[in-house]
Amino acid sequence: MSSEYEKDGQPSKTADASPEDANSLSKDETKKFYEDKGIDFSPDSPIRPKPIPPFEKSISDKIASKFGSKVNIDYVRPSRIRISTKKEDILDVAFFIRDELGYDHAESVAGVDYPDSKEIEVVYHLGSYTDEKLVTQVLALATRVPREEIPNPGKDSTRMTSLREVFYSVEFHERECFEMFGVYFEGHPDNRRLLLPEDWADIPPFRKDFKIKGR
Amino acid sequence: MLKEFFNQETAPHATNVLVGKLGEVLVKAIGKPLDYAINWGRIWSLWPVHLETACCSVEFGAASSPRYDVERFGIIEAFGSLRQCDLIVVMGTITRKMAPRLRMVYDQMPDPKYVIAMGACAITGGLYFDSYNVLPGIDGVLPVDVYVPGCPPRPETLIQGCMLLQEKIKRMKGA
Amino acid sequence: MATQLPPGIQLEKVDDRIMTLNVGPQHPGSGHMRLIIKVDGDYIVSCDPDPGYVHRGEEKMAEYRNYIQNIPHLERPVIHDSCNILYPYCLAVEELLGIEVPERAKYIRVIASELNRCIYTLYWLAIYGIFLGHSTMFMWPAGDRELFIDLLEAMSGARVTHAYLVPGGVRNDLPANFEERCLRQVDYLEKRLKEYQSIFYKNPILISRTEGTGILSRTDAIRLGTTGSVLRASGVDYDIRKKEPYDVYENLDFETVVRKEGDSYARSYIPYLEMFESCRIIRDAIRKMPKSGSVRTKLKPNPKGGNDEVYKRVESGRGSLGYYIVSNNRPEPYRVKISVGSFRNLICMPYLLKGELLGNMPSVYWGLNYWPVEADR
Repeated sequence: MSSEYEKDGQPSKTADASPEDANSLSKDETKKFYEDKGIDFSPDSPIRPKPIPPFEKSISDKIASKFGSKVNIDYVRPSRIRISTKKEDILDVAFFIRDELGYDHAESVAGVDYPDSKEIEVVYHLGSYTDEKLVTQVLALATRVPREEIPNPGKDSTRMTSLREVFYSVEFHERECFEMFGVYFEGHPDNRRLLLPEDWADIPPFRKDFKIKGR
Repeated sequence: MLKEFFNQETAPHATNVLVGKLGEVLVKAIGKPLDYAINWGRIWSLWPVHLETACCSVEFGAASSPRYDVERFGIIEAFGSLRQCDLIVVMGTITRKMAPRLRMVYDQMPDPKYVIAMGACAITGGLYFDSYNVLPGIDGVLPVDVYVPGCPPRPETLIQGCMLLQEKIKRMKGA
Repeated sequence: MATQLPPGIQLEKVDDRIMTLNVGPQHPGSGHMRLIIKVDGDYIVSCDPDPGYVHRGEEKMAEYRNYIQNIPHLERPVIHDSCNILYPYCLAVEELLGIEVPERAKYIRVIASELNRCIYTLYWLAIYGIFLGHSTMFMWPAGDRELFIDLLEAMSGARVTHAYLVPGGVRNDLPANFEERCLRQVDYLEKRLKEYQSIFYKNPILISRTEGTGILSRTDAIRLGTTGSVLRASGVDYDIRKKEPYDVYENLDFETVVRKEGDSYARSYIPYLEMFESCRIIRDAIRKMPKSGSVRTKLKPNPKGGNDEVYKRVESGRGSLGYYIVSNNRPEPYRVKISVGSFRNLICMPYLLKGELLGNMPSVYWGLNYWPVEADR
């Protein structure tokens, strides 16, 4: 069976080392089980490099010193910074990021649904073309909006300020986020449907309580 | 009937009806040999609609490329108006947004028309069997003549599917 | 025989001068999308893109499959550029799971993704040619493309859906005599590309249809957040392979192609010039590649990502392609967001088509290097 693993690295259903079996064993037993089969048993969570890169630190320090407790620096890693803020402050923070730090476009706007804490997170990935120092950097600007059990897109409290006047390039991304998560962007001129069929009547499909067929 | 024929407004329609009736009479009179002749004409000039529905269109394009050259089997490259087409190759996934449009395209094509379902998605939904926006096959939308399996099918498979369709047309009634 | 019109289809006349046209989804000049174009005479007054005809919910379905099962799934949006769309996914999963990739696998990945970039660009060039009414330009690249497909078929076993790049390296080692064969094909392609120049890029009809149409200035290219060849055609020197090198791109010898005009001609010329750079990269990578060694770090079955998130991006045939993966200690990702170049360039379409002649629509549309299946995901 181990040769099958080596071939495609994918747990096959017929293999007796299927994950369900493995989970029922204790941790040491599992380790031994895999080691007998010659499979690498590395820890689940990787060990991240500890030192914080200085240039990224200087950017996050600028944001922190300007806004203080309004923003939260989630992590600072090589070429990646993530900050989160309240949805009321996001416009100020975005203007600061654009005008003072030099980020000039949005790469994507991703929504993440957290039904347990009744929130939807909207993450803007911002980058820069003009500033030579920032070309490797991607800054994730996250904010959370309240989430309602029975969504009514556009009319309920799941709404936030659009960043279109700051970063023009978010136009289509925000439209996608609106239809997929039901987050209404105030100030966006064009909150229409984009990808889904015109007669879509179900809840926004990327929410966690929308189940796909057979799952 | 004759009155309609001389009336300026209904004349074109009446002519069509008359020609159609004459054709029917002719077919009934001559029967099988004419069937063969009509079908022979259809087989070697199948015009596909230029409707790409998903990623299988890449392999459809490759089938028209010099290496595979589907034109030598009488399947002409997909360019032109759908009013002159008699073959629709459904290239892959049909989403819920595309399905009504697909039916509209099919309805606008003149008879006789043939449908090839290309790729696993067009047959059963394929890799997207559990997606919320994908139809599980196009059987509910169009009457399919030939299924070409694969994800995506190789151009050879598509050519084989076309040849199967030609075999099928050969055995069909002419009119 | 009036068919019931589906909702959203507009066929009405807006006023006496302005007329609404539906370009697509069944149209010889559109892909799998619809452009609602308002024309005044022959001039486009406004354009409203209506994508979503191939929206299959990839991102949602990725949440129900584990990291390995997602591989064949996530390459489907761009099957003719499948190595490049899997590349950032592999990088992201490797960072999530803390996997090191063997040195030889890194070079093989680069070779595979550059070969695939050529395949993509040749297909795009074929389509671009035929939509401008240049049939020879369909036949030549579509034929030359097959030779590169043969190479990748020998590497991976499949014609277009390779699933060759996997987290931890590549699926299998190179076949025997691959280097020789690859170099021969690359030489052949370079020879052929020079012929394309004389038949297509110096063709006065092409020049008159593309030069000066759909001009995108440098400021606007940055403001609209465009990417890939559209951005580089407007004079912004930005290529992720150079600016944020992943795997072994920093060791390889190539240049970024930049043009300043910002018109359709420049946008169609840049992917063509980049194929020469791809050939350079392939040659260099074959020379510098370790001749033997492991090509894959084995993953343990059903690996779990930590409580973490990661954003990785690469330069694909259509521009920057990024994966944002959130994981929550489960074998399946919690959320996968694919930031694709086609979707980012969609914003240019209404902007560039405004005020353009209707006859120039295909050259602007296909010059954006837009692949609707990828944009819809």
